[in-house]
Amino acid sequence: MKKFMKMYRTNLFFAVGTTICMTWILIAIFANFLAPYDPLLQNMAEKLKPPSGQHWFGTDRLGRDILSRVIVGSRLSISAGLITVTVAATIGSIYGGIAGYVGGVTDNIMMRFAEMVLAFPALILAMVIGVVLGPSLYNTLLALVIVAWPTYARVMRSVVISIKENDYVESSRALGASNFRILSNEILPNTIGAVIILATLDIGNQILFFSTLSFLGLGSPPPNPEWGAMVSDGMDNFLQWWICTFPGLAILSIAIGANFIGDGIRDLLDPKLRKEF
Amino acid sequence: MDEKVLISVKNLDKYFSLRKTKDCPQGLLKAVDNVSFDIYKSETFGLVGESGCGKSTLGRTILHLLKPTNGNVEFDGVDVGALNKTALKSIRRKLQIVFQDPSASLNPRKRIDQIIREPMIIHKIYDPIEREKRIDELLNVVGLGQYHKNRYPHELSGGQKQRVGIARALALNPEFIVCDEAVSALDVSVQAQVINLLHDLQQEFDLTYLFISHNLNVVYQISDRVAVMYLGKIVEIATYGELYQSSLHPYTKSLLSSIPQVGENSKCEKIILKGDVPNPANAPSGCKFHTRCPIAIEKCKAIAPELVEVSNKHFVACHRLEK
Repeated sequence: MKKFMKMYRTNLFFAVGTTICMTWILIAIFANFLAPYDPLLQNMAEKLKPPSGQHWFGTDRLGRDILSRVIVGSRLSISAGLITVTVAATIGSIYGGIAGYVGGVTDNIMMRFAEMVLAFPALILAMVIGVVLGPSLYNTLLALVIVAWPTYARVMRSVVISIKENDYVESSRALGASNFRILSNEILPNTIGAVIILATLDIGNQILFFSTLSFLGLGSPPPNPEWGAMVSDGMDNFLQWWICTFPGLAILSIAIGANFIGDGIRDLLDPKLRKEF
Repeated sequence: MDEKVLISVKNLDKYFSLRKTKDCPQGLLKAVDNVSFDIYKSETFGLVGESGCGKSTLGRTILHLLKPTNGNVEFDGVDVGALNKTALKSIRRKLQIVFQDPSASLNPRKRIDQIIREPMIIHKIYDPIEREKRIDELLNVVGLGQYHKNRYPHELSGGQKQRVGIARALALNPEFIVCDEAVSALDVSVQAQVINLLHDLQQEFDLTYLFISHNLNVVYQISDRVAVMYLGKIVEIATYGELYQSSLHPYTKSLLSSIPQVGENSKCEKIILKGDVPNPANAPSGCKFHTRCPIAIEKCKAIAPELVEVSNKHFVACHRLEK
């Protein structure tokens, strides 16, 4: 934690990233107090209004206040993104790590399976899973995870393969270390960087993907505010730019924030970049 | 020096399987091919040969970091290959390795004290306070100050890193250390320091070394006996004095003549071998050296010569010896 605070003070990007993400998390927690209007309240008299003093972000074609919808939508979007990425990264890393470390036939079989999953168009696979399991938030998240983990497995596998060839792994073996110890002590700490970068890059992606599924009716049902659904909603009303811009900016900002944090964490974990003050 | 055999290598083979192609008709790369020799206690056994001839593979196979295809390695009379997991782990305490590239052999994410403590944790020896003492002691032994303890490998120079690697190998009080090109990656002045260090440690702790190198001068400085390797085979073993004065195998002769000499006797002619080293995956029949040997005869192409003792502890594998 002390290191974290030092990092916060010395690394500008990390500070910006943390601020953005913390702000969004606070917004999501206190969404009900912050939203100026009811996000579901339709007001046809006020529909498609550009940003103004009354509606800061304007209104959509049903006259709903976009600011309120962005604020309330943060709950679903952010948690969906975080949960998917965390679960997928954990499963994928373990899977890929084992495949890469064991190698040989095991590796071949494991990776062929991962590639099989990867070979399906992600959206269609997620839709099929969603339809088969029945549309619910839980099933949509499951579908997202199933689609997302092979990427982590592949990255992790290649990183593990390159690291396990290093002499320090060999020397650990010469010292008599068990496979588990070699993996957890020598290999995994050196792979964390790559996975964190991938995961933070992926958060924005997963939010968008979740949104696509919601748009298709698999995630959160339509009236609920959700960033991705709002963006796709707004695409029909091209001239009313504010409808997609603000939720789009929200997604962008959280993705950037997560990336900055990821960069910072990687630097924090890498002794070569760790500066002494 | 008493002549107690510490390591005995018997008919050791290490083959790697490759895809069968025109260049590799058998689908096998014989990296180590029927190698036998003994290493005596407290000696330094040099192993020289050009790149890719299987020196490192041999070193690692002796330590059972690679599983031998055939043959066995005995340490102090115990067949290392026949040991179960627990016994192998405990015998690893006695057998250690120092690697060529000091940067690659230290985990970049660990501090020096963590690196040296690791072997003691793995083998659960000493309590935490004793371990700290042992770390200080080891750093002292390899000539590093204690202020290095909290540093990371990238903050040290190559020579310092190699000293850390040596300290780690020493942490378990080993009897036998494989130095796999342990000084090749260092520059000349540091090389000398590390060699002297290894020499002092040998005196102090009664160590036995297998010293692998492609640098004949380095081997000359440190070794008691030297084995010369060519394409997975050992072609000559002799004490260094004998090897340097009266080598018998044509490959050894050409190797020795390639050492740059300074001074009056530098006129001695160089034996320059024609051609390149054959592809080890498609090695020549018979004596593997016959394609480049200046004195090869028909017999060399057909039959592989055995390693025979020509005089006391001088072994050579060559058909043209009697001439």
